[in-house]
Amino acid sequence: MEFKDYYQIMGVKRDATQDEIKRAYRRLARKYHPDVSKEKDAENRFKEVGEAYEVLKDPEKRAAYDQLGANWKAGQEFRPPPDWNQGFEFRGGGFTGAERFSDFFESLFGGGGFGGDFGRFTQRSFDTRGEDTHTKVLIDLDDAYQGASRTLNLKQTELGTDGRPQVKERTLNVRIPKGVRQGQHIRLGKQGGAGTGKGEAGDLYLEVEFRPHPFYKVEGKDVFLDLPVAPWEAALGATVKVPTPAGKVDLKIPPGSSGGRKLRLKGRGIPDKPPGDLYVVVQIAVPPAQTEDAKAAYRELEKALAFNPRARLGV
Amino acid sequence: MRNELLSLLSGEVLDEEIELTLGELSWACQLPVERVFELVEEGVIEPLGRDPAHWRFLGVSVRRVRCAQRLQRDLRVNVAGAALALDLLDELERLRARLRRFEG
Repeated sequence: MEFKDYYQIMGVKRDATQDEIKRAYRRLARKYHPDVSKEKDAENRFKEVGEAYEVLKDPEKRAAYDQLGANWKAGQEFRPPPDWNQGFEFRGGGFTGAERFSDFFESLFGGGGFGGDFGRFTQRSFDTRGEDTHTKVLIDLDDAYQGASRTLNLKQTELGTDGRPQVKERTLNVRIPKGVRQGQHIRLGKQGGAGTGKGEAGDLYLEVEFRPHPFYKVEGKDVFLDLPVAPWEAALGATVKVPTPAGKVDLKIPPGSSGGRKLRLKGRGIPDKPPGDLYVVVQIAVPPAQTEDAKAAYRELEKALAFNPRARLGV
Repeated sequence: MRNELLSLLSGEVLDEEIELTLGELSWACQLPVERVFELVEEGVIEPLGRDPAHWRFLGVSVRRVRCAQRLQRDLRVNVAGAALALDLLDELERLRARLRRFEG
């Protein structure tokens, strides 16, 4: 297993005071809290910081950890010394919210997993409801329009019959109802962590996340589409084909539309009661002037219109 | 295909259409009723209906309560702090959605 440098994880020096460690922990916990942080690896960082703090906040564990010496580097292959654990007695310090500590931690302090002196599972010999679990489900915008099903592979840590935690994998086939939106939660009753004794399983919460779409943008239940329009279509008005997640439609561009004009297709956003709207945002596309004919046409236009696009700026 | 042998699970979307009673919310969040009262008092969740016996909570409340619980437990903030964090997180999410719309 790999050595973990708890001081490096906490961003403190090896001779940091207990107060400095506490302050570093609180700052990092805020930074990486999975509910608050959008950092990519927030959940793992949060657990890592929780584990580091679990050791460093406790003078006994910290002293034992320090005994390993300062020469270890993070990630280095590690085996606990044979005389490890002699002369130390670890007392429970309570968990800091990290659900499962690393093998490295367990090899040093866990005495073979959660069943050590301070595992919170030891308090769970009676009937207890399982923990609620949470995972993200990535869907496409089309799935929100039509509904879909998704196969999820989940890894869960469960307590085996021998009292040791085991990672179990399971596959779920889940219906994604039509009309779901970014950030909504779908609750699957009793699909969370297993209970102990006669306690029933917790719930599984799926957080819906949309895979970014190449041209549709979603805001709540409204959908936005940037629609390129030729200058003459914008100036003279036109009826053009527009893609929507539910199929192509004809859209009337009113004459005199300028870039950025928003045209609303009522009820063509994400289905719901009432459904969202689809907003088409006009983008004026500039035809290239690569041929002599094209250049001549632009010059004609310039002469005919005497147009100052910067009139509003006073220049 | 193995997957086709799996039965299709349907959950409930915790949105504005689902309504829960005080007891249901308390059960869904595994939180004593007194703690739900605290969260109502602080405005973390807003029930419909005049008195606790007739309270109805929208489905999104489950998410807010659970988030408030985690913030209180992990960051040691009090109820008011969790309420503030939740409001700011909502605002942040709205701004992020808007930003996504303008980013290529």
